[in-house]
Amino acid sequence: MFSFIARRVGLLIPTFFGITLLTFALIRMIPGDPVEVMMGERRVDPEMHAQAMERLGLNKPLHEQYIDYITKLAHGDLGESLRTRESVWSEFAALFPATLELASAALLFAGILGLLAGVIAALKRGSLFDHGVMGISLAGYSMPIFWWGLILIMFFSVGLGWTPVSGRIDLLYDIEPKTGFMLIDTLLSDQPEAFWDALHHLILPAIVLGTIPLAVIARMTRSSMLEVLREDYIRTARAKGLSPARVVFVHGLRNALIPVLTVVGLQVGTLLAGAVLTETIFSWPGIGKWLIEAIGARDYPVVQNGILLIACLVILVNFVVDILYGFANPRIRHQR
Amino acid sequence: MRNPLVLSVLISAGVLAGSPLASAANSLVFCSEGSPAGFDTAQYTTATDNDASEPIYNRLAEFEKGGTAAVPALATSWDVSEDGLTWTFHLRDGVKFHTTKWFTPTRNFNADDVLFTFNRMLNPEHPFRKAYPTEFPYFTGMSLDKNIASVEKTDPMTVVMKLNTVDAAFIQNLAMSFAAILSAEYADQLLKTGKPSDINQKPVGTGPYVFQRYQKDSNIRYAANKDYWDPSQVKLDNLIFSISVDASARMQKLRKNECQVSLNPRPADVAGLKADPKLQVIEKPGFNLGYIAYNVQHKPFDQLQVRQALDMAVNKDEILKAVYQGAGQKAVNAMPPTQWSYDETITDAPYNPEKAKELLKAAGVKDGTEITLWAMPVQRPYNPNAKLMAEMLQSDWAKIGLKVKIVSYEWGEYIKRTKNGEHDISLIGWTGDNGDPDNWLGTLYSCDAIGGNNYSMWCNKEYDTLVKNAKVVTDRDQRTVLYKQAQQLLKQQVPITPIAHSTVNQPLSAKVEGFTVSPFGRNAFSGVSLKD
Repeated sequence: MFSFIARRVGLLIPTFFGITLLTFALIRMIPGDPVEVMMGERRVDPEMHAQAMERLGLNKPLHEQYIDYITKLAHGDLGESLRTRESVWSEFAALFPATLELASAALLFAGILGLLAGVIAALKRGSLFDHGVMGISLAGYSMPIFWWGLILIMFFSVGLGWTPVSGRIDLLYDIEPKTGFMLIDTLLSDQPEAFWDALHHLILPAIVLGTIPLAVIARMTRSSMLEVLREDYIRTARAKGLSPARVVFVHGLRNALIPVLTVVGLQVGTLLAGAVLTETIFSWPGIGKWLIEAIGARDYPVVQNGILLIACLVILVNFVVDILYGFANPRIRHQR
Repeated sequence: MRNPLVLSVLISAGVLAGSPLASAANSLVFCSEGSPAGFDTAQYTTATDNDASEPIYNRLAEFEKGGTAAVPALATSWDVSEDGLTWTFHLRDGVKFHTTKWFTPTRNFNADDVLFTFNRMLNPEHPFRKAYPTEFPYFTGMSLDKNIASVEKTDPMTVVMKLNTVDAAFIQNLAMSFAAILSAEYADQLLKTGKPSDINQKPVGTGPYVFQRYQKDSNIRYAANKDYWDPSQVKLDNLIFSISVDASARMQKLRKNECQVSLNPRPADVAGLKADPKLQVIEKPGFNLGYIAYNVQHKPFDQLQVRQALDMAVNKDEILKAVYQGAGQKAVNAMPPTQWSYDETITDAPYNPEKAKELLKAAGVKDGTEITLWAMPVQRPYNPNAKLMAEMLQSDWAKIGLKVKIVSYEWGEYIKRTKNGEHDISLIGWTGDNGDPDNWLGTLYSCDAIGGNNYSMWCNKEYDTLVKNAKVVTDRDQRTVLYKQAQQLLKQQVPITPIAHSTVNQPLSAKVEGFTVSPFGRNAFSGVSLKD
């Protein structure tokens, strides 16, 4: 087991360097520099431009800039934003809980509904319900998030007035950020009724962000369930006279869940990527919006290190999944 | 949430709760469109940054509400020497800096604060600048770093600024956001505690609202400044900026009263907003100009006849209808009609594709000649849809036998390349900075602006002399005469084709009173109140 973990860790090092090199190169391939972008149509005083580039260390040759970057990283310094002059880590730490809260809510919504729909569709294979669920999930998977979000806002927020249009909470509640998770912060505040308002604000964004994972999970659960339900041990369980619910949920779903869980793990990436659009539509102050703005402003340290942090997170999740597989399935552990 | 006690407490709290804040009725939410980078305005140039700082600060002079004239603010008056080189500012007495969690002032505003503000921008060796290095793009962009020779105090409430050359727009420049007056005492405290960068994230000013908290991409909170020197301007208890990037979402929030003032609607949404009885829409001619710039250094645009031909083949009326969707005013001149010294006698050459064809023929331009037209990749107040405008021009100029290839680049690259003069023809525009004619006629079309904002790369000595002379004369009538001559000359030489001045539509709740639309696109909330 130790050598298995060591091998996996060994693989992380080149991956990490690959990411730093890629983000460093890609953001610099976009034309324009941060000073010019900030000035827009305004006149850029050449002297001021040179001064700024020197202060930001952008006048050095690229390889020197990269070495500076890596050296700082090795010291745990993620640098500071060129625009706001705040440390990249403090900005990330302030915004990430919002993304995590939204992604968790979306995953919860997608997981519960997706499993339920998938199981029922598998049990009623060929029925109207089955066709309906599969049709809707295909539509959900192909739905442009931006359009879907606006449709929901028009219908539920503007038309019916059930949900707020955007944001994390009614701004007339003055909630001091303590954990960064609005649901928790509202409970910690002296205005606990704000919790319901925050929950209200979370509904539509979670549905929009959870739509694609929901479709994927529903389809995956259905096909996996269909496969498992044909297995001999299910027939045995039924022959033993177990109740249909026990057969389906204990013997069937439990085994069908393995590939579904893999898919859920992979959806972490999708949730973070999809969050960019959802955050924009719903004015959700998370890392997706932060990165998009940083790319627009050529805020090199934010783009480089923001992507690096997200990549590390995805690597970490996959690493944990790998290790868990190793525990669950010894065959994986011993493969070389 | 299985604990029934917690659940019941929460439910009862939710049911019994009234409005979120006791003073909710007097809190105004403004749906802004972006996150400011910081609150040290001198570092920044964008409207988003300026708007976020506006409630916090004052300047020596400020623009009158809804206008372009500079009126007294932290300076109650100023005198200019006869040679126009010495400006004496008499400062307002009894002005208090904000008391916040991070700073408690021990004295009122005085000349030291003005000295600190300007000397930091002027002197690269200034101790604060050494501790917190930064650039001042607008200050240097307006050449104030080179033109201000000195800033000195003659007594605690009088400041004298000496200039190297006469600058007729000087006071207008000081009314711009970058010249916000900072507290020297706060700066000292930051230096002593080794936290100079807090000047950008924990601002202290003298303005009508006190900064409370900023949550990036979410909101900015301000509270009323109870000690403001003009109490009649502070009518709200709380001012909240709700940051909403998406224009559709901003308008939906306004409709639902989640905010009471909302920025920049899409032209297509304006009619619907006007029809909503709970809203009002203030309509005002924009202080901007969208135009076509012909690169006179590229053939065949070096020939006047060619430029005239292209100019008269543009069907402006159709462009106004399709691109501006009615929310625009046809432009005939190189600056907007609301700019003083605007020459009203100037008219457009009539739309005449036939004559344009003849002119092209006379200039030796063959039928089917290929030219490139650059279209901006972004939406701007002066041009809401450059791609559509380019397509319409392509069809207009096809009628006179030209083959137009539309080119576009990412915005940063677009600006860089057009400033370098790589284009044949480009779509571009400008929004006025300070209400001075030089900000149009000098900034956009003078010889010095080549490589900068002169996208036509046009340099006419006669025009340049007129504009330069006008900048060093302080008498407005004299300046007007010179600027009118310059406008006539520019119209004859056709380095640009003015297209439109877009109309600014500002939607807000019908309950909002006292909000005015600034020609410069600044959003200020002094004097704004909410009806019950």
